[in-house]
Amino acid sequence: MINVSTAVPNDNLIVERQSSILVKGGQRKNQLKCDAESIAGCVSQRACVYCGARVVLNPVTDAIHLVHGPMGCASYTWDIRGSLSSGSELYRNSFCTDLKENDIIFGGEKKLARAIDELVEKYESELVFVYSTCVVGVIGDDLEAVCKTAAHKHGIQVLPVQSSGFIGNKSAGYRAACDALLRLIEPPGGARPINSRRPVKSVNYLGDFNLAGEAWIIKDYLKRIGVEVNVVFTGDSNYRDLKKAPEASLNIMQCAGSMAYIARRMEELYSIPSLQISFLGLEDTAASLCKIADFFGEPEMMRRAEELIKEETIAVQPEMGRYHEKLAGKKAAIYVGGGFKAISLIKQFRELGIDVVMVGTQTGREVEYQTLHDISDDGTVILDDANPSELERFMTEKGAHLLVGGVKERPLAYKLGVAFIDHNHDRKHPLSGYVGAVNFAREVYSTVCSPVWKYARETGGGLYAVENSELPER
Amino acid sequence: MLDCTPKEIIKRSGGMINPAKTCQPIGAMYAALGIHNCLPHSHGSQGCCAYHRSHLTRHFREPVMATSSSFTEGASVFGGGGNLKTAIKNVFSIYNPDVMAVHTTCLSETIGDDLPSIIKGAEVPEGKLVIHASTPSYQGSHITGFSNMVKGMVTYLAKATRDEKKEQVNIIPGFVNPGDMREIKRLGGELGVRSIIFPDTSGVLDSPMIGKFNMFPAGGAKVEDIRDSGNSKLTIALGYYASSDSAHLLERNCQVPAITLKTPIGIKATDDFLMTLRSKFVQEIPNQLEEERGQLVDVITDNHHHFYGKKVALFGDPDILTGLTEFILSLGMQPVHVLTGTPAGTLTGSGIFEKEIKEMLAAAGHEGRVKAAGDLFELHQWIKNEPVDLLMGNTYGKYIARAEDLPFVRVGFPILDRGVHSYLPIVGYRGAMRLVEMISDTLLDRQDRDAADEDLELVM
Repeated sequence: MINVSTAVPNDNLIVERQSSILVKGGQRKNQLKCDAESIAGCVSQRACVYCGARVVLNPVTDAIHLVHGPMGCASYTWDIRGSLSSGSELYRNSFCTDLKENDIIFGGEKKLARAIDELVEKYESELVFVYSTCVVGVIGDDLEAVCKTAAHKHGIQVLPVQSSGFIGNKSAGYRAACDALLRLIEPPGGARPINSRRPVKSVNYLGDFNLAGEAWIIKDYLKRIGVEVNVVFTGDSNYRDLKKAPEASLNIMQCAGSMAYIARRMEELYSIPSLQISFLGLEDTAASLCKIADFFGEPEMMRRAEELIKEETIAVQPEMGRYHEKLAGKKAAIYVGGGFKAISLIKQFRELGIDVVMVGTQTGREVEYQTLHDISDDGTVILDDANPSELERFMTEKGAHLLVGGVKERPLAYKLGVAFIDHNHDRKHPLSGYVGAVNFAREVYSTVCSPVWKYARETGGGLYAVENSELPER
Repeated sequence: MLDCTPKEIIKRSGGMINPAKTCQPIGAMYAALGIHNCLPHSHGSQGCCAYHRSHLTRHFREPVMATSSSFTEGASVFGGGGNLKTAIKNVFSIYNPDVMAVHTTCLSETIGDDLPSIIKGAEVPEGKLVIHASTPSYQGSHITGFSNMVKGMVTYLAKATRDEKKEQVNIIPGFVNPGDMREIKRLGGELGVRSIIFPDTSGVLDSPMIGKFNMFPAGGAKVEDIRDSGNSKLTIALGYYASSDSAHLLERNCQVPAITLKTPIGIKATDDFLMTLRSKFVQEIPNQLEEERGQLVDVITDNHHHFYGKKVALFGDPDILTGLTEFILSLGMQPVHVLTGTPAGTLTGSGIFEKEIKEMLAAAGHEGRVKAAGDLFELHQWIKNEPVDLLMGNTYGKYIARAEDLPFVRVGFPILDRGVHSYLPIVGYRGAMRLVEMISDTLLDRQDRDAADEDLELVM
């Protein structure tokens, strides 16, 4: 373990947290502590197992997503995902068994069975996901049995999602969701390698949740190079399409944090190989398209990929160039959910001439932190499961102009006079592919160069400049 | 098509579809943020705390700070006492608030953690306070949670330290926005009455830009003031569901008489609030407030022809709806559907919500559907069966508004898709004037939008 106390002054930092933060430079290698439980009494930005499961499955558009528990867990996740549908909008409703005190005492199984009956009758869906919550995990309702009975009764698939909040962190929820998906896609008669794959080049696109329609952009690119997307996990997916998942000849994976497990299992069960790709930023988008073409080994496909890359790059260059001019030399801080997105973002900021001075994730894995460490500049602060005080401190110390994060980080950045861009559920434009790279640049520009900072920074929002201003030079 | 709601109403018993409430802990967290230098703490899994913070952040667009006991499987089997003790130690050594306000969750309630004894056994630094509220998510709603945390404040903090009561009033504002709490405080100030408002999230969740991040912003009810509430002459609880339990607890513990009034939305409820203060504390209502009332009546007069006979569906939290229904009636509109997700029989009372609203409707010669513990699926079905001209409620109403092509005024909690609302009041005369503007603008914008070229009018 490196002696981080010399790397990071430890005033105001929790002693136990020191091993989760390091500054690049001087150390032989990255030895950041990650994938550990949060410390009780910290303002963590992390969520729970249920949250992880819900974000992965919620984009399945024609499923009844039934939350088995008290109302809260369902209400906070009601249509906040931002994933778009080209078909059913059923997934945008909030279904919950709304457990009451009596159900906690006597068990909630009967109410759950009634809820499934009533919902299936109303909505004629072929698929129900039943999410377990904390309290259900404690009182021990047999979700498996209730779901099995209901499935038999209605002749549809009713899948339990073992997502009691306390059984791990958000990553455990990704896994619970993937387990449910694996059951869903299993062909009748059990899992086995599919010998006769369909003749077209077809891929499953894993880890895109079609936020602001991103999966549609990528689907179009792939179509242009001659690749058909079999099904997306799980953006704009539906019951029928997901069922076809074992037929694909390749899995490509954007969000590795949530999908690495299911990709591995699909390779074991159905002999589908997988490629890690990323469609965030020009560089990664181009590399990913080539990687896919390379996998199929067809010169024609590679030619079309190169053509697409050239065409799209030329189309976006003038606008990207303008933003580069305005943004070069600015400093960005990154705090996102998973490690792979953070890696792509560092590259994407480089494309705009922006230096990343702080990078952290809620649930990044060790291998991702290694890459983050490798590609970061010297002096960049790298941290896992950060709390707001840490984010504040390093953004201020490093003079960041911009933070990339999720809903809880936005007002924190604003209070510091730091611009903000949402790279999570609350994003408003697609951020994938070439069009996404331009959207990203435009959004970065519109927030970093907004006239509001003139008032927010120079005088701290007041009439007079804040004395002894703690704001760094900008 | 976003509309997945069938018109035909069938009785259901298997839970909620599209809720009009959320769970207790978020209400407790919001109330705790209304104490100066207080850090709310969620005793449960990490997700609860994250969800509540996200949800409050989306509504207020402010940083919302709170800590979690970060339950793991072990804590759930062996009890969360160890986690809470560690959390108490960490919270005071790292964040150093004056008060740590702990609320429970369905998880910690179900495994039976005994919070008073855990807190008693924890190391709390000299001069620091840990208070708690029991807020199981499987009872009541976020409003119940708010009420329970305010009760916690009374239990732990309020003290009667003298024989004679002071010439001061306690005002418990209920689950309203910081802009509303600010306005309630201003009304008390205009009257010249010394008032202790708690909780008070003004200055916390509507804090100004000062160029830096304050973990504990300048606002919030001060602990010494909440202590001193035991010496006040009167407590006014604004809103039966969010505020009256704590006012009565204060009455029992410290012999401070309690009065429950409606959340002061509209002319009559604001009149009642001010006249109550007048009758106990001052001789006269100052000119400033007379003038505001006169202005309100004036703008209603100027615009009443837009309102008359319009049918309205209202949903949200019970205390807000009670005031809002009264005000809507006073504008000459008809609230034909009024629905809250909060169960009417909270821990103390029976179905006062339905009774009160129905009485108001009956007095105005109207009939309407009124329901507590309902959901938005049901409200939508009502609207399909009896259409309305206007929908009022929180952000989630937008699905119904779109499906039925209804003018929609956002009011209540949460509002996730619009800004600024939390800074401005809907209470008091000025708040009512704002409501008049919101309602008439919404109705007239719709009229303009739908008008044929030849019908578009310049002067309306």
